[in-house]
Amino acid sequence: MTTHAIGRPTKPVDVTAGPPKVSSGSRGLLQDEPLIFEFGSTDETGVDLPEPTMRRDRLGGVVRQTNPNLPGLSEPEAVRHYVRLSQRNYAIDLGVFPLGSCTMKHNPRLNEKLARLPGFANLHPMQPHATVQGALRLIDELADWLKALTGMPAVAMSPKAGAHGELCGMLAIRRALEARGALEQKRTVLVPESAHGTNPATAIQCGFKVEEIPANAGGRVDMDDFRGRIEGRDDIAGIMLTNPNTCGLFESDIIEIADLVHSAGGYFYCDGANFNAIVGRVRPGDLGIDAMHINLHKTFSTPHGGGGPGSGPTVLSEALAPFAPVPRIVKEGDAFRLVEEGQGVCDQSFGRMTAFHGQFGMFVRALSYMLSHGADGLKQVSEDAVLNANYVLARLKHVMTPAFEGYCMHEALFSDKFVGEGVGTIDIAKALIDEGYHPMTMYFPLVVSGAMLIEPTETESKRELDRFCDVLEDIAKRASASDETLKQAPQLAPRRRLDETRAARKPQLRWRPVEQAAIAAE
Amino acid sequence: MRYLPLSDTDRQSMLATIGAESVEEFFADVPRSARVDGLIGDLPLLQGELAVERHLSSLAAQNTNAEEMPFFIGGGAYRHHVPASVDMIIQRSEFLTTYTPYQPEIAQGTLQSLFEFQTQVAELTSMPVANASMYDGSTGCAEAALMACRVTRRTKVICSGGLHPHYGAATRLLCEAQGIEVVQLPPAVDDEAALTNFVDDETACVIAQSPNVFGTITDLTSVSDAAHAHKALLVSVFTEAVSLGLVKPPGEMGADIAVGEGQSIGNALSFGGPYVGLFACTEKLTRQMPGRLCGETVDAEGERGFVLTLSTREQHIRRDKATSNICTNSGLCTLAFTAHMSLLGRAGLQQLATLNHEAACDLADALETLDGVDVMTQRFFNEFAYRTPKPAEEVLQALLDRGVMGGIRASRLYPGGRFDDVILAAATECNTQDEISSYAAALKEVLQ
Repeated sequence: MTTHAIGRPTKPVDVTAGPPKVSSGSRGLLQDEPLIFEFGSTDETGVDLPEPTMRRDRLGGVVRQTNPNLPGLSEPEAVRHYVRLSQRNYAIDLGVFPLGSCTMKHNPRLNEKLARLPGFANLHPMQPHATVQGALRLIDELADWLKALTGMPAVAMSPKAGAHGELCGMLAIRRALEARGALEQKRTVLVPESAHGTNPATAIQCGFKVEEIPANAGGRVDMDDFRGRIEGRDDIAGIMLTNPNTCGLFESDIIEIADLVHSAGGYFYCDGANFNAIVGRVRPGDLGIDAMHINLHKTFSTPHGGGGPGSGPTVLSEALAPFAPVPRIVKEGDAFRLVEEGQGVCDQSFGRMTAFHGQFGMFVRALSYMLSHGADGLKQVSEDAVLNANYVLARLKHVMTPAFEGYCMHEALFSDKFVGEGVGTIDIAKALIDEGYHPMTMYFPLVVSGAMLIEPTETESKRELDRFCDVLEDIAKRASASDETLKQAPQLAPRRRLDETRAARKPQLRWRPVEQAAIAAE
Repeated sequence: MRYLPLSDTDRQSMLATIGAESVEEFFADVPRSARVDGLIGDLPLLQGELAVERHLSSLAAQNTNAEEMPFFIGGGAYRHHVPASVDMIIQRSEFLTTYTPYQPEIAQGTLQSLFEFQTQVAELTSMPVANASMYDGSTGCAEAALMACRVTRRTKVICSGGLHPHYGAATRLLCEAQGIEVVQLPPAVDDEAALTNFVDDETACVIAQSPNVFGTITDLTSVSDAAHAHKALLVSVFTEAVSLGLVKPPGEMGADIAVGEGQSIGNALSFGGPYVGLFACTEKLTRQMPGRLCGETVDAEGERGFVLTLSTREQHIRRDKATSNICTNSGLCTLAFTAHMSLLGRAGLQQLATLNHEAACDLADALETLDGVDVMTQRFFNEFAYRTPKPAEEVLQALLDRGVMGGIRASRLYPGGRFDDVILAAATECNTQDEISSYAAALKEVLQ
């Protein structure tokens, strides 16, 4: 006998009344959740520790005077808090995450499992080398994969993320120029207008000047301008170029660009953010580049984790390899050793970028990913990534305006030309939220009006892509017709559009007790 | 291939929709000379889960992990117990597989946890505001130095003799690339106060560490007073976040910027990364901070919500005028930190800190009864330096032969001979009385 047979059977009711008024702030399964500071107590703890005796101390009186306002939650309260919060997040595991330039692909769970093996997770970075031979071997193996896939002779493993890898490459260039006695003269780094913001920021952080170079109507480096610009110049330190570029196009003149930069005495930094488009099919080393970071959290699927951690190993050419940062791994017979100081084999190193040896936990995940795919699987990755992007382009080009003619690489770029008066790119993006999708990258690259950059990645099925394209097609038609209701979107998300101006005008960056907050507001 | 959902039928039908014969057409812009024919050589082909697991497990098995023997290594990364629920929380799909919360309507989970994280870091360091994390403590330290130079419009930075040398190196690297002079005081077990003698009107900041790399804790109030007298800033560094449950935090010593490593709370040792850099400062310096900031606001219906804010400091808006080039930070590690801290609370943190200190006191007591062992660190939290009558490298190897991971030889951090007989040892709540006794017994044997 079922419970319904005991109680009253359910049946549909009249639904014309609209959503109910609720007093909880919740929306059905989406429960309202205050800040921990609003319900937790600093006298409670969710961790059962032995009672300390504090028989004596050796603190010499340098003790904390104030009590931090840190509430403690029991385990059920804490788990519920974070699970409730989690339900306000979109995620790859929920659906297409079409952020161009971000490569939001599926994160295999095997990689998570392996990174948690005690023989990896419980290793201290300063253990004696003899006790971490497996870890050093793993880093060396991953380095071999990266060198083979890029066709480059050396790789620096310690950069912590993409921008840190850029820093690594540009510092190597700086040191190489210094070694040649050319640093005083060579201060200018060429950066396309369409570049990621990290590129110019990195060049500045390395003490260079940035000179922007324009794109042609086809979305690539304007070679007429470029040849003229670089001719006779003696101040060119190098170029920072993304390839495939941020318009989702392969820079077809890249070899000539490399040659011109080299003839001018500069070096070629390639931003590897879009490596997913060519992995297994094109080796950047064959294009004449000198340095390129690889975002393990993009191409090699280590999870983005809501903004990190990343990992940005940086491959280097023969010309830059001697200047790579420490630590480095050297193999002596069958044993591996870390060289941690800029001496001996590392005496030309530009120095140390970070404590310890890099994002080891990400190395485990990336190697697991590479071994899973193999050379054949990785080649299929780039093929499917590019196929999926071109499929999206083909499905949508009749209702949206492709930014450039022809095929794309791993991401499809549209401009807002098709959008009617009164609505904009942001309204399309926010309308996607109501349909259950994360928006595409919008207003980037800057060189395209109202840019919409869609990168589906290879881990989307045709069925998912068709659903996504159907939805976006519908929104695009509404946008063409200046459907003002788009400006209301999102209406079904955990929050409506947020007031970012207000957040920036009077920044509230932390919780404060009510009375303190009142004082701070005055 | 288990991660690739397209079938050959799908591919054919998609190509037909596109109007292309084969995927090769999409790669037409790639110069012929740069196309790889077939597969990239010498790499293995795809493997199933079992084979991959077998290979990586065999690499893991070639390591000795911290659970396998009494373990006393610190030096900037610490072995602590992390509650099981923390790892469950960070493996939630919605946290693990999401992006930087640039679309706040569907990222309130990440944003609220960041807001709570920032508040916890501010409370822990006793500073007014904190950012949403840096890569780690060392890179945070380098960014703090650059920030101090921006704020003061000066170009000289002075690092104490107790600053972790990796932090000093990372700082020197970034500063020197921008023409900033870095004065590194010679290594000293207990002389953070020496900074007061060097700070002058050209100095942007002094960088001091407590507990320092030798474990010494110092009240830096006199250092901040001296710095402020010259209109310079104090950057106060820590590598052991748990210490702040017991010892004087940066905000109680007049620090302008506090930076440190947050790995100790919620994050695995993981052979050095990923970790989480904590970064806090005074209110008036807020707009010069590097990295992401989460702030409170309201949505169109007036409901409270959170967004990334003050992004006009950041590279994706300001490009060559940004305060830093940092983009990706330590997102998921901040979640591990904040979840663990939410479980601990003030009461749990203070208890945990006290247990750490007791374990280190017990270890120091046990070791210094041995002939020739000299505990050099007078005031410490959970880590101290000691001198042995034999070379440290030899002693540590002999301890390892007896099943004890006894610490770090200081010469690994300071090559050159001066510290060849010095060992840095740390004890935490993970070390039992038995382990401490085994350490002392083994060391006694080794020194005989």
